[in-house]
Amino acid sequence: MIQHRVSYTMDSTLETVDSAEQAASRIAAESGFDEDEVMGISMAVREAAVNAVLHGNAYDPDKKVILDFETIGNDLIITIRDQGAGLDPNKIPDPLSPENLLKTSGRGIFLIRSFMDEVHIQPSQTGTAIKLVKHVHGTSAGAKEASQ
Amino acid sequence: MTMKTSTRQVDGVTIVDCSGRITLGEGSVILRDTVRDLLSKGQKKILLNLGEVTYIDSSGIGELVSAFTTARKEGGELKLLKLTKKVHDLLQITKLYTVFDVKDDEAVAVKSF
Repeated sequence: MIQHRVSYTMDSTLETVDSAEQAASRIAAESGFDEDEVMGISMAVREAAVNAVLHGNAYDPDKKVILDFETIGNDLIITIRDQGAGLDPNKIPDPLSPENLLKTSGRGIFLIRSFMDEVHIQPSQTGTAIKLVKHVHGTSAGAKEASQ
Repeated sequence: MTMKTSTRQVDGVTIVDCSGRITLGEGSVILRDTVRDLLSKGQKKILLNLGEVTYIDSSGIGELVSAFTTARKEGGELKLLKLTKKVHDLLQITKLYTVFDVKDDEAVAVKSF
């Protein structure tokens, strides 16, 4: 049962990244997460918004970023959608491998997985949706990945 | 809070006091420009004081890596000073903590160059 839902449609700008982070921080705090969890959730949303604005929509003013927050039971579910070409999750390099350790980019999805309990990347021809789940008082040891 | 930097010299080491957020956009650009400016002036012993950095994202982490590798390529050395818990934790999970030379004490850090 959906207890609460908020949706934002935003431009493909850097301001959207900051706004998404701030909204995530506020909603996570209201959902009962502690300070460290709020920081992690807001960072995960920021990184997903960066991917949507930069890599998905490529700053295209005609393309939007859609940000949904839902509270379902003990879960905070956040979905960030872009209207870009679609991100192939199988082509995301491992930033921890020695050959990538000193690269200056490519850590966004890794950080998202580090801070959330579940991460689902759903690419399509009309864009990418990344669904982030955090359990209130969750004890999950790490993020579970599911690509559809 | 936007990113701010100020520089000072201590025993031949340039200390860059950073404050605010090192994030995609202005924060990352300010850090990049500051380090490149120092290297272009021949100031190749650089200590980044991150004690007042409140937030860093993946772009900011990338900028720290870029500063580190750029300094090294130009025959210089870049070290980090006074990490906040948030920055420390991020460098730990990205396995970069052992890549950087991280110091807690400024005097010790200056002597280590």
